[in-house]
Amino acid sequence: MSATLLLEQLINGLQLGTMLFLMASGLTLVFGVMGLINLAHGAFYMVGAYLTAAVTAASGSFLLGLAAGLSGAAAVGAVVELVVIRRLYHRPHLDQVLATFALILIFSEGTRWLFGSSPLWLNTPEWLAGHVPLPGGARYPLYRLVIIGVGIAVAVGLWWLITRTRLGMRVRAGESDREMIGALGIDISRLYTAVFALGAGLAGLAGALVGALQSVQVGMGEPVLILAFVVIVIGGIGSIKGALLGAVLVGVVDTLGRVFLPLAFRAVLPPAEATDVGAALASMLIYILMAVILAFKPRGLFAAHD
Amino acid sequence: MTDPTPALSARRPSRRLGRQGLVQLLLLALLLALPVAADLTGHPYYVTLASRLTLIAMAAVGLNLALGYGGMISFGHAAYFGLGGYVAGIGAFHAFDMTPFLGGIPGSDNLLVLWPIAMLACGLLALAIGAVSLRTSGVYFIMITLAFAQMVYYFANSWPTYGGQDGLPIYLRNQLPGLDTQEPLTFFLICFVGLVLAMALTSRLMGSRFGAALTMARLNDTRLATAGISPTPIRLVAFVISAMITGLAGALYADLNGFVSPSMLSWHLSGELMVIVILGGVGRLYGPLVGAALFIGMETLLGGLTEYWQLFLGLTLLGVVLFARQGVMGWLAGREPHA
Repeated sequence: MSATLLLEQLINGLQLGTMLFLMASGLTLVFGVMGLINLAHGAFYMVGAYLTAAVTAASGSFLLGLAAGLSGAAAVGAVVELVVIRRLYHRPHLDQVLATFALILIFSEGTRWLFGSSPLWLNTPEWLAGHVPLPGGARYPLYRLVIIGVGIAVAVGLWWLITRTRLGMRVRAGESDREMIGALGIDISRLYTAVFALGAGLAGLAGALVGALQSVQVGMGEPVLILAFVVIVIGGIGSIKGALLGAVLVGVVDTLGRVFLPLAFRAVLPPAEATDVGAALASMLIYILMAVILAFKPRGLFAAHD
Repeated sequence: MTDPTPALSARRPSRRLGRQGLVQLLLLALLLALPVAADLTGHPYYVTLASRLTLIAMAAVGLNLALGYGGMISFGHAAYFGLGGYVAGIGAFHAFDMTPFLGGIPGSDNLLVLWPIAMLACGLLALAIGAVSLRTSGVYFIMITLAFAQMVYYFANSWPTYGGQDGLPIYLRNQLPGLDTQEPLTFFLICFVGLVLAMALTSRLMGSRFGAALTMARLNDTRLATAGISPTPIRLVAFVISAMITGLAGALYADLNGFVSPSMLSWHLSGELMVIVILGGVGRLYGPLVGAALFIGMETLLGGLTEYWQLFLGLTLLGVVLFARQGVMGWLAGREPHA
């Protein structure tokens, strides 16, 4: 069983990792370019999932739902940036934390008001519901592989956008010197809105994709948000490369830990206790990983600046 | 007797009760008088509500020491609040079951035993978390304290001995020799004394050499280092004391509710404690009390009107952060005399 199980769990970990990357890349871009810490990023994940579920239910097309989730989250992100976020760029981090915490409350309760407390259901579309055979005889759900594919496509797309396009050039310039690119005649506020909307759209995409695996409910973005924080702290805040590496690391370590730690403890403890101790320890594993990495590299693996 | 120069009078708090002193005295008197009146008129619900307010305020007093005075934006103080609660809960659990803790230690329902243990446990946890987190600063510090608190949260969630997700009931409130802790007013007075002691400790600390060093560590740590004092140990000590105060509040809070669960460790609670400190006024002795009163007041009044009261809490908070940066204490009592 071991090799197949390991392969299956590795792919599971990779899938969690790509999801985290979709969240973390937006967070880290917004911090890198605007210097803003955004707790409300999980709200866009939730908005994406709700819009996708609602539009899919109304139209019957998952692709249409996905498009609505992605573009809707980006649009909500742009509005939030225009109304609230742009007042926060020059504020201390404490103010940013509080204002975006307030946004979480507003979004969570607002969604509960609109959609009610019971979760929405979003099914995997039929044409993605099949399984793919793995070497060793096991079968793996196609949909999860598609998520990994989307994640890779986004990573490549972001790399192209940042290193090969004019917008990307401005983003990189903004990361190294905010005032200078303003002085060079580039409309910073439009750039900021665009970057923020891009991050929100990616979070919305993540929420939409995961919505078909889990239930769509209020507060669904928060556990993912905190994992995304761990990812960007490990990777180095502001670095997309760090976000990618951190996301895969966290995804794989978390998934493998949950499966194999209880098994490992069975060698030394009675089965019931081994499961308890293993599960408790597995839930702490990525935080321990973070602490160890920070002990050696206080600014993460790929610190972007200062 | 000549008038002191303005510079001197700004440094030395005058013996006269200023506007701030008057407001502070009034606040404490109100907090004490209202529950006593509620108890006399037979409304124990309001006594319990006041106990809750007092304990939330006390937890925020702890956070204020790190966040307000020390400039350490801890987004993980729920870890200490919850750990304190779990010490009270686990002590009661083993005392009730007559089973030992970790092989040999007997359970206890004596608060004089549980409180020091709660504070010690929180102090040790804060020492470990602080030692790692204080290597970083800024956004990293915020996220790391949050992440470590989540670690404790998930640990409590997945550890089934003490109820896991379902939490742990405390069937009988833990005991204090000579007092009936089940009596709502008695328990409120215990909480009130706790809050006053926590505030007195904060005030004494901040008036001491240590407090001056902590303030300097917040304002300009290079200058502090130039004066021959290393900033990190100062910060770490403040962080640990801050966690111990919050932990004691958590232990009392678990006893108040007769229940402790992972929700006492959740990051929402960390956020709410920050909100309370900010609403009241950052780095002001009475800020946490005002913030807690405002928070509990909104929860009680708006929560009675609408299920979605947190929406309005969010809007209020957004308004305060964007437009009213002094907090309510700044609005009530004016600027800090020596800001």
